Parts: sequence; C-alpha cells; structure tokens
Amino acid sequence: MRLLAFIALKHLLARKRQSIVSLMGIVLGVAFFLAISSIMQGSEEDFIKRLVDNSPHITISDEFRNPRVQPVDRLYGDKGIVSISGVKPLTETRGIRGYEKILVYLENQPDIKVSPVLTGSSIISFAGQEKGVTINGMIPQEIDRVSTIRDYMVEGSLDRLYANPDGVLIGVTLAKNLSLALNDTITISAQNGNVRTLKIVGIFKTGRSGYDRSQVFMNLKRAQALLGRINRINAILVKLDQPNQALLRAHEIEAVIKYKSESWQEQSEDLMSTLAIRNKIMYTVVSAVLVVAAFGIYNVISTVVMEKHRDIAILKSMGFPASDIRMIFLIQGVLLGVAGNLAGVPLGVIFMRAMEEIEFRPPGSTEAISMPVSWGMEQFAIAATFALSAAVLASFLPARKASHVQPVDILRGGL
Amino acid sequence: MATLLKTENLTRRLEDEAIPVTLVRQANVEVREGEYVAIKGPSGSGKSSLLYLLGLLDRPTSGKIYFRDQDISNFSQNKLAQLRLEQMGFVFQFHFLLPEFTSLENVMIPMRKLGNLSDKEIKIAATERLAELGLADHINKLPSQLSGGQRQRVAIARALANNPKLILADEPTGNLDTVSSENVQEILQNLVKTHGCSVVVVTHDPEFAQRCDRTITIVDGAIVEEE
Repeated sequence: MRLLAFIALKHLLARKRQSIVSLMGIVLGVAFFLAISSIMQGSEEDFIKRLVDNSPHITISDEFRNPRVQPVDRLYGDKGIVSISGVKPLTETRGIRGYEKILVYLENQPDIKVSPVLTGSSIISFAGQEKGVTINGMIPQEIDRVSTIRDYMVEGSLDRLYANPDGVLIGVTLAKNLSLALNDTITISAQNGNVRTLKIVGIFKTGRSGYDRSQVFMNLKRAQALLGRINRINAILVKLDQPNQALLRAHEIEAVIKYKSESWQEQSEDLMSTLAIRNKIMYTVVSAVLVVAAFGIYNVISTVVMEKHRDIAILKSMGFPASDIRMIFLIQGVLLGVAGNLAGVPLGVIFMRAMEEIEFRPPGSTEAISMPVSWGMEQFAIAATFALSAAVLASFLPARKASHVQPVDILRGGL
Repeated sequence: MATLLKTENLTRRLEDEAIPVTLVRQANVEVREGEYVAIKGPSGSGKSSLLYLLGLLDRPTSGKIYFRDQDISNFSQNKLAQLRLEQMGFVFQFHFLLPEFTSLENVMIPMRKLGNLSDKEIKIAATERLAELGLADHINKLPSQLSGGQRQRVAIARALANNPKLILADEPTGNLDTVSSENVQEILQNLVKTHGCSVVVVTHDPEFAQRCDRTITIVDGAIVEEE
C-alpha cells in the first residue's frame, strides 16, 4: 500500500501545474461550501435561538386534541346497552383542572422548568383611547424561569412587579400608541365587566412589533380576579434544558396529563419546513460547486492514465495485479481530495472569519448586527466528506480504465 | 537440467481483427534451468508474441504452459502476476523505466512489491544490483539523465531485482549502439552463470543468437528450426 501511494504521489508531482489547478477546484469548492453553509446554518441557528429563547419550549393549554369521552360511554360505550343523548355539561369556569397536581408532576422532572399562566383578552383605556391586549397573568418570581422578557426591559424593571402586586409590564409600542410612560396608571377592563387600575412598572421592547403592541404582563392573582377566574390558569409554560427534545417531551407530557401540549417545533411548523427547504436548496447549490471540482479531478487523473499507459504496462509486467493499478489511481483521487480539504478548510475558515466581521443594519432595526456564522463541526464534516468522496468517485472511472490496460497491447505498439 | 518452462501446442490468434491473424501457431518450447535461449526470426514473425506468452503477459488462444511441471494455463490474472513478480524479469527493446523514479527506485519497486525484505535491506540489495552492472555512480539519476546503454542496464538490474528464475528479453540491444549492445549481450550471458537463471532473448541479430546455448527460429508464428 505504501508503495502504491508512493507511485501515486510521484505521478501527481510529475505534473504539478495540472494537479494544482484541479486541486484549486476542490479547495475553492470546500471553502465556498463552508462559507455558504456556515452562514445559512448560522442564520438558521440564530433564528431558531431567538424563537426558542423567546417562547416557551412547550405550551400546555386547557384544550384536548380529542374531545373527552363521557364517563358513561367509557363504561358501557362499546356494549350498546346504555345510551344517553342530549347531554348538557355543567357550565364551569374554563381552565386546566387540577393544575397544581400537574405542576408538581412536571416539577419533579429534572430537565423541566414550569410556570402557570392565565391569559385572556381585555381592553386598556387611557385618555379616551382603547386598545385590545392579551394579558399574561403570571407569578412574578417565576417569569424568569420560562421567559426572557427581563432581557428586553427598556424602562423600569421586572423586579418592581415583585414588589407591587398592582404593577403591569407593557410593550413599547403600546406605550407609544397610548402616550403612556413609566409609573402612569392605566385602567384595564375585562369582557365580564371587571375593571382594575394598574401601575406601569416596566416597559419592554422585544423588537417584534405585534408582541410589543399586544402583550401585557401582570400578577397572576390580579389577572385571575380581573378575568373572573379565581384559582384558574389556562396554560402552563415549560422550558427544557434541551430545547431540541421539546417534540418528544411534549408527547410524553401529553400522554400523561391529557391536556394539549404543543412543542415550539409544532407551533412553528411552517417556519421549520421553510428552513428545511432552504437548507436543501443551499446544499444542492453548494454541492454543485464540488461536483464541478470533481470533474477537474476526473480530468487530471484521466490524463495521467492516458499518459501513463506505458508505465501501467511496465508495472503489470513486473507483477502488479490489476487491483494494484486501480488502487494507484484511486489513491491519487484520495490524495487530491485530502490535499483539497487540507487547504480548503483553512480557506473556508478565513472566509467565515471575514463574514463575521461584516456588520449590517437589518431594515427596521436600530442596532447593527454581524453576520451570524455557525461554527458547527458537522458542516466541516459534511464539506470534507463530500469533497473526499467526490474526488474518489471522480478517480474511480479512470482508475478502472487503467486497471484494464493490457500490457501486451502497449508493448506491441513499442511506445 | 530440470525443465523450467514448457509449452504444448501454444497458439495465439487475434480474433477481433477484421482479418483474424495467427501470431503464434502450435509452438512447443522448452526452457531448462540455467539455459540461454535465443528466439530469432524475421520482423513480424511472432518472436515477441511468443515471448509475451512465455512471460505470461498474454494468454494463449489454445495450448498449455507449464512452469516447473505445473500447468499454469488456467491461472487467474492475479496468480500470473504473482508468478511474474516472483519468478520472472523482463527487459524490453525500449528501456521502459518509470520516468519519475530514479534508477535506484526503479530497481526497488519490484522488491518492495514482493515485500520479502525490509526497506533498508531492499535499498542495499538494489544498490548492489546496480553496482554489479557498473551503475554505482548513477543510482540517484532519473532515466532521462542516463544514456541508452545505462538505461538498459538499469532495466536489467530491475529485471534481476527479485532473483527471478527466468529473464525474458525482447530485443534488448535493438536500440543501442554497438559498444552498449556488446556490453548488454555480455551481461545477459553472465547472468546465466552468476545468477543461475534461464534467459530467453528475442533478437534478429545472428551474432547475438550465436552466443546462446540454443536458438529457436520462428517464421510466420511457427517454430521452424531449433539448434
């Protein structure tokens, strides 16, 4: 094997310029592959990170995916003995039943952080204007466990909500629309006619205008009173140590507690599939670069095989079997692939570093951000593997041709 | 002397051509150990074709080949390659050295392929082979830096690399001036004595043929005379 590698290397070194040109194909292919995939991967990760950070990983709501079966049906349903029609269930306050038990169950899982929340719509009135908002009644001390709202506070603070049970956090857009400022007092009225007066103790700015316009955070007890749903909650927000596990964990949780548990993946399914399609397109395009590079390798090894017919005949006459001859040219493919990677990966890293330096201001944003570049190992692995296999595949056909050379045909020809 | 190589009714036809050609017909050749045999005949008579068949580079259309009394006619290509590696050495009309490799490397390649010796031993053995043929000063030169006679001597050294039992030479002096030609002829003649191997040489030089123990004359692919 060492001997074959030695012969293969000599062949390539004998035609340096050609080898270098075909090598450049692989080098640039690998570098562009890395540059493009890192930026695509980076932007995707950045996007998902925002998504994952700013929303609960699993949201348990007071709904069932399948309607609940009446007890009588559960007992006798398949026997056809008893049938009840026109059932009118008791009107009860909506919410998650027995949520305390569910909370205990969830909190006993080591990888889970939870917080109950009561959401509902209500109207804020100020200076003759009215705005519909979604109130999020939460236990102030637990907000940090499931939300990143603290990071987005621009005025006041989350801590003031701890101290003041009549405090409220509103978004910057809402404040602007209603000309509200910190420490102003607002009136919130619910659909049932309940009215509460609350004090603005903090203003947040997430950058998502819909969120900043419509979401309001307040004390859970106050929200329950306002919405007339004492001791009720209608959602449990869950954060996981491993956000990627959300899909699986949501299924597990739902199987136990029966209430609908939606993972963030499920909630943003359309977005995720868009990202998946984007990835496919990206990999197709970048792979094309490497395929083109592979043709360069095919070219140089084919040329070597053509020029080396005589040497192949000599080696065969010496006693090298066809498999050795094939191996020599396959090794050339491997050598070009490996060398291409050795030069291409550092070049790719330079490209990636350069892109990280580029700062730009996305439309509507006030801060310049740098390009999100992903440094994930798997894209290096993909680029290197793809380049190497393209090189080996490209050398396969010429190598096979070389192994079929009949020494006698060459020797008879004299040259 | 024991028989090294023997053929029975060896025939080689090129069937694929527009007009099928018979290169070698019904050849019965026997080469004994330590024998120096010349194959002569006019151009295109099938001398080289017979040599390629004896050297297992080509397969006969019909007939049998025995190497040390073993029928090798049906050996696989790989087994034949191994046999060539261990037992045979070739010298061609054009030197046919590998151009990217130095004289020493050219001689070392078959040794390394066989792999019986360590790298160090191989280097020493290959240097000795070259020194034996008066090339001690040229071991690190590329074939392009050598004269025709020197190249042919490197080729002989390479053929001898694995101490083969049989050296097959196809017009080894065909491309050389008289002095180099004389030199090569002498070397080949000495091989029989010094290395104890059999040498089969194709030539159309009657003087060269006369130095041999035996001459096989071939005309139109058929052996017409053995003396």
